[in-house]
Amino acid sequence: MSEGATKGMSRRGLLAGLGAGAVAAGAAGAARAGGTPDPAIVEKQDWQQFLGDGVASRPYGKPSRYEAHVVKRDVEWLTAGRESSVNFTPLHELDGIITPNGLCFERHHAGIAEIDPAKHRLMINGLVEKPLVFTMDDIRRMPRTNRIHFLECAANSGMEWRGAQLNGCQFTHGMIHNVMYTGVPLKVLLDEAGLRPAARWIMVEGGDASAMNRSIPIEKALDDCLIAFKMNGEALRPEQGYPLRIVVPGWEGNMWVKWLRRIEVGDQPWHAREETSKYTDLLADGRSRRFTWIMDAKSVVTNPSPQAPLRFRGPNVLTGIAWSGRGAIKRVDVTLDGGRNWRPARLDGPVLPRSVARFYVDFDWQGEEMLVQSRAVDDTGYVQPTKAELRAVRGVNSIYHNNGIQTWLVRGNGETENVEIS
Amino acid sequence: MSRFRSAAVAATLVLLAGTGAEAGKLGLGREALPEEVAAWDIDVRPDGQGLPPGRGSVRQGEAIFLEKCAICHGEFGEGAGRWPVLAGGQGTLKGASPEKTIGSFWPFASTVFDYIRRAMPFGQAQSLTDDEVYALTAFLLSMNDVVKDDFVLSRETFRSVKLPNEGAFYMDDRETTERSFWKADPCMTNCKQTVEIVGRARVIDVTPDDKDKSLKVE
Repeated sequence: MSEGATKGMSRRGLLAGLGAGAVAAGAAGAARAGGTPDPAIVEKQDWQQFLGDGVASRPYGKPSRYEAHVVKRDVEWLTAGRESSVNFTPLHELDGIITPNGLCFERHHAGIAEIDPAKHRLMINGLVEKPLVFTMDDIRRMPRTNRIHFLECAANSGMEWRGAQLNGCQFTHGMIHNVMYTGVPLKVLLDEAGLRPAARWIMVEGGDASAMNRSIPIEKALDDCLIAFKMNGEALRPEQGYPLRIVVPGWEGNMWVKWLRRIEVGDQPWHAREETSKYTDLLADGRSRRFTWIMDAKSVVTNPSPQAPLRFRGPNVLTGIAWSGRGAIKRVDVTLDGGRNWRPARLDGPVLPRSVARFYVDFDWQGEEMLVQSRAVDDTGYVQPTKAELRAVRGVNSIYHNNGIQTWLVRGNGETENVEIS
Repeated sequence: MSRFRSAAVAATLVLLAGTGAEAGKLGLGREALPEEVAAWDIDVRPDGQGLPPGRGSVRQGEAIFLEKCAICHGEFGEGAGRWPVLAGGQGTLKGASPEKTIGSFWPFASTVFDYIRRAMPFGQAQSLTDDEVYALTAFLLSMNDVVKDDFVLSRETFRSVKLPNEGAFYMDDRETTERSFWKADPCMTNCKQTVEIVGRARVIDVTPDDKDKSLKVE
């Protein structure tokens, strides 16, 4: 398909084509079977005849021009301005478990800080034997480790608490990414400063113009938190906290402070703005849960989905992702009939704790209407609840931690829509 | 030769030092100077830890608020455009449109001081003096009917301030209140008789759109 054809083809046009019989067996496929030579084979293409760009033309590389539609998107009406806003990972365009760095969703509170690493400092102060200042060179000389973890915004799917609202898993579930972080265990840094006996909490603080701060209990800090400087092998992207961020495995993304410049050790939590006015869960009785850090088990079918309709009858691949902040994904079940019957999906690729897992169901589709759902189970036995089960406990004022089961309606023409079912 | 051996011994000692378990054994980083800690140590806790010397009145705060804050938050903290509402909202938390302001929702006044000091005004963070932060905090507390109009906030008077919603917060209890989400054997076959569609995103239709409408379900 040429660039022009891709760009010019609206989804409506595509679906109209499908409705006219393309779905049946694939019009192009039928023509080929009938004996008309395929121009993609019998006509010489530019790229098979003329020289392409040399090795110096793309020194950092970039995706094919034909993938230009694979981008993060934002929802303009969500926030007052773009500097304190969020965009969304195009989950329906990805596969495997690793999110490419350029497609990791972003959440900023004062825009992207562009920090010179030579001028970046990390300070540890408070209840320590010796307050310390580290340069990036210091940090790169410390023992380091590699961990694959998901980072999910606590507000992911938050727009769906009161009902189905957005057509696209990019918007309903795209505030998540999953990358391999390289960094120094936070414990190494805290040991270097020496914790005093009264140390119970740390506060992490960003060096950007929001000076984002969150409190983390010392047990978590010493357990599996990392001070990361690489993601998927390359330096953190500026929009992901270059040159330094904290990784808080399995816990809500807001705690993963970017552009990390300071860690204060204390005996009490700080009750910062992000853990009082935000990221507390208002329940129906008017009271609020606080320090709801863990992201519960959750999954979503990414294909088919509203931005990725079914295009062909016959063999098809259903796929999606599942994750749990409590541990590793043990199983994912999928239903095609709105939850009457379920089948275990096939997990493929690494299944790691506090990481996204990839699942597949290979199925045959003959144009029947389907109500598609996925249900994640983690190794603690937690089963992803239905939206109704969640609302029964939490009401609809919660905003955060909506991990309810998602439903896609796949119509006879392959068009797919975000719906809720009984 | 002996000089070479000494160098090897020294290198071994360095390696051993690097693997030690005692605090500071890596020897990386340097001690932070007091003035460096002071320059960055801006956080304030509910118990008042971190509050700097200084003071500010409601009246002083009002003048600063009108000059530097009202453009986003409205003259009475009612919010402009979609920028945050800071005052009002009492009695709305159980309703269909909860308004989570300093007075109706926030548990601690320290959060107001801490957040203004670190992040406000939006786009000119950390440009306010400590006295200005005290004054702005006092003004916001008065707009939320937490203090009287003649109140002066300082490190000394801070402890007298209590926000009304503090008692409504409790620790995460999902592992008990949502215990039913841990299920031994979730249903796999004939789990329900009928299925009805009860909601559709297209009814609300707020999905961001391509220019060519390609994302829109029609």
